[in-house]
Amino acid sequence: MIDRRKFLKKAIWFIPAAGLFRHFVKEGHAKPATEGYDPANHLYGMGIDIDKCIGCGRCVEACKTENNVPKEPFFTRTWVERYTIRKDNSVEVENIDSRKGRVGEKSTDADVLRSFFVPKLCNQCDHPPCVQVCPVGATFSTDDGVVLVDSKRCIGCRYCIQACPYGARYLHPETRTADKCTFCYHRIVKGLLPACVEVCPTQARIFGDLKSMASRLVRFKRTKRIHVLKAHLNTEPKVYYGNLDGEVR
Amino acid sequence: MNHELLERLAEHLSEVTGFIYPNEVEIHWSILVVVYPYITGLVAGAFILASLVQVFNVKEVQPTYRLALLTALAFLIIAPLPLLLHLGHPFRSYEIFLTPQLKSAMAMFGFVYLWYLMAVLLLELWFEFRKDLVVWSRAAAFPLNWLYRVLSFFSTDISEKAVAFDHKAIKIITLIGIPSAFLLHGYVGFIFGSVKANPWWSSVLMPLVFLMSAIVSGIALVVFLYMVVTPLSGKSVSMACLDKITSYLFYAVIVDFTLEVLDFIHRLYQSEESIKILSRLVTDKLFISLWIIQVLLGMLLPLGILIVVKSLRINEELRRLFYFTAAILIQLGIFATRWNVVIGGQLFSKSFRGLTTYKMEVVGIEGLITSLVLLITPFIILAVLLKLLPAGENENVAAAASS
Repeated sequence: MIDRRKFLKKAIWFIPAAGLFRHFVKEGHAKPATEGYDPANHLYGMGIDIDKCIGCGRCVEACKTENNVPKEPFFTRTWVERYTIRKDNSVEVENIDSRKGRVGEKSTDADVLRSFFVPKLCNQCDHPPCVQVCPVGATFSTDDGVVLVDSKRCIGCRYCIQACPYGARYLHPETRTADKCTFCYHRIVKGLLPACVEVCPTQARIFGDLKSMASRLVRFKRTKRIHVLKAHLNTEPKVYYGNLDGEVR
Repeated sequence: MNHELLERLAEHLSEVTGFIYPNEVEIHWSILVVVYPYITGLVAGAFILASLVQVFNVKEVQPTYRLALLTALAFLIIAPLPLLLHLGHPFRSYEIFLTPQLKSAMAMFGFVYLWYLMAVLLLELWFEFRKDLVVWSRAAAFPLNWLYRVLSFFSTDISEKAVAFDHKAIKIITLIGIPSAFLLHGYVGFIFGSVKANPWWSSVLMPLVFLMSAIVSGIALVVFLYMVVTPLSGKSVSMACLDKITSYLFYAVIVDFTLEVLDFIHRLYQSEESIKILSRLVTDKLFISLWIIQVLLGMLLPLGILIVVKSLRINEELRRLFYFTAAILIQLGIFATRWNVVIGGQLFSKSFRGLTTYKMEVVGIEGLITSLVLLITPFIILAVLLKLLPAGENENVAAAASS
């Protein structure tokens, strides 16, 4: 006959043991994304050639269609900003999506100094604040350098949304979990391009493998003056902007 | 698709000034996330007040000791609810315990909370009330006697030695409890203070500001409750106790105010990239809740009242009125502090180019009514606790024990 004290002492080990068991069960379910694909051999990034972007917004549309992102403007994995810098140094920024329906509008001003488009998306940081703050590990970095969200584990606390300096995350209104750009992970592991890159008519978005010296991205990084967004925050983004203007945040 | 959400977001969008990132139209941490640090602050503050009585053996404040502990418990029971209701998937919240991501500040919530509830507060309460529970279990009628018996875990020993052990245990728990209370609320401050993406939150002072404002709000709450509960139980309020406890309140408000002014001056002087948008935030969107409610009504006015009361000779009746008013104003001010941190931090774009608006829901799960219910429930729990465990009835216990 076991006494109460001994029983309780023994039972207490079940608490961490149950956690460990669960952990291993979860790990056991993890399957490789595609047969023959080894994430350790890749490190993905994206280049944005500011000079080539014409602000057509096809990338945004393709992304929404490919990834089941709600069509409403409040939820998006990628967007394009239009900057207008005037001679008096005032800056006007717009999301080109909010310009939909405004036709026949002409830029009359001779006072515009320069104007350009900046596509934005998750920067797939090497040192991602969103991954650091997720209380349950639902957001994680893959070996091939992409930050993903496990929507089956996300509890919807939205700490990651607060922690992202780039506004790249939103709460998906249907799944009630955090959502963001995945570089179209389901496509790239099969050797395809992300949807936004695929449809870009001017090749302003350059996708590639940083581990392959022959990739277009590595060439882009070699030949352009490269900037990343909010470098001072030490997030180490893997989205590289060529000829980025100092006004862009 | 949730049409109500879309309508609300469209309304937000129409109020945006300047440029914000498209995903920033939705305010993610709502009024419930304001209520959460407010409630935990009350818990930590009330407990720290009770600990002062224990550690420094302040006789005058003794009448509030049990009240403060029970208040802390009543609010601590409700503390996780606003967070739970706020989650997109409340039924997955257990994941925080089972597979916590140890680098996340938020993952520690469950552990800090459980430690505080189980290892500190409940244990201290049990030792404090054990003797009384034994006595009540003998004197009370069925079924209350059984309830007391169960609550005392069927202990019966009220010998001097046993009671002396209780007191010793309380002392030790208090010594562990004070840093735990600091941890509980300082940690809540860290959750905000460590977000480097948000210049309004990101400050090393944040845990300290949270902690001091917690102490302020906790003491003010106990002052308020003491002045309400004591007359209701047919006793008179001890002026010596009120005078002492409000001096603590006064010093706590001074320290809290100093920290907040330091934070403000520091930001202004450093004048970083975000200063322009933050200036617009505090002069536009937060003007009423920051300058009028938090600073003027919630801090300067009660400070003025306390200075007047302490420096002039005022009769007891008027003093009580002043203390009561100051306690309520301080509560209002600290709630506004939480609002300005949580909501204020989401009203400007991380592009530093625009401001958005927060429109509170009224009936929704993250709305006004839920918040009011969450704020009122602890008082109901406290009323039940006080009914079951009369806080100031040491004399009656002594009488019952001798009969």
